[in-house]
Amino acid sequence: MKADKTLDCVGFYCPMPIVKTSEKIKELKPGEILEIIADDKGIKQDMPAWCQTTGHEFVGMEEAGGEIRVYVKKTHQ
Amino acid sequence: MADEKDKLTIVMFSGNLDHALAGFTLATTAASMGMEVNMFFTYWGLNIIKKNEGKIRSRGLMKKMLNFMNRGGSKRLKLSRFNMFGLGTWMMKKLMKDANVPSLDEMITMAQEMGVKLVPCSTTCGVMGLSEKDAFRENIASLAGAAFFLNEARESKITLFI
Repeated sequence: MKADKTLDCVGFYCPMPIVKTSEKIKELKPGEILEIIADDKGIKQDMPAWCQTTGHEFVGMEEAGGEIRVYVKKTHQ
Repeated sequence: MADEKDKLTIVMFSGNLDHALAGFTLATTAASMGMEVNMFFTYWGLNIIKKNEGKIRSRGLMKKMLNFMNRGGSKRLKLSRFNMFGLGTWMMKKLMKDANVPSLDEMITMAQEMGVKLVPCSTTCGVMGLSEKDAFRENIASLAGAAFFLNEARESKITLFI
């Protein structure tokens, strides 16, 4: 999937991927897609939950070789 | 997204390192989720936000003794289990560092930067002889009492006691 910005969270456990995502998403414009790469499996549950609460769109997830790539579309400022 | 702001209020009662970490993990995550967060520190929980450096001044022999034996500060807290005269706590801190998990002190600073409000309980501060100006780390909210906490809790979707 094509993303406008990428955030590398490999090696970080909860809550850091979520904390870093909430910071990073500020750099995007509405409609743009943020890719988050992580290896803490919790992100598979945490990122959809974060999206549900913040209102940003959970676009999808890819998993390969222990790395999880999550895609989030910024929907509002 | 709801127009009404979600709010999380936590009572931090325990001064144990593991309890404090759990509390600040939830606080920073909630702030990342756009929630307003208040943490209300009482009894041993006050140890979490005491300053790490310098002497904590208090008046009266008993209060002086209490603050000597119960010094507190985020870097001095111990695990609730397996402290083993400090060895267990040291090992846990080492494991956390190896796993790239921020220290409690870093988490508190992070929470403050994210706008989490840290409120010391006025009664326990009074009883234990802790002054708002002298005993705590920087950027702590004003002392407040039970009515403040209950009013915050009333407006909060989530309230926790740790």
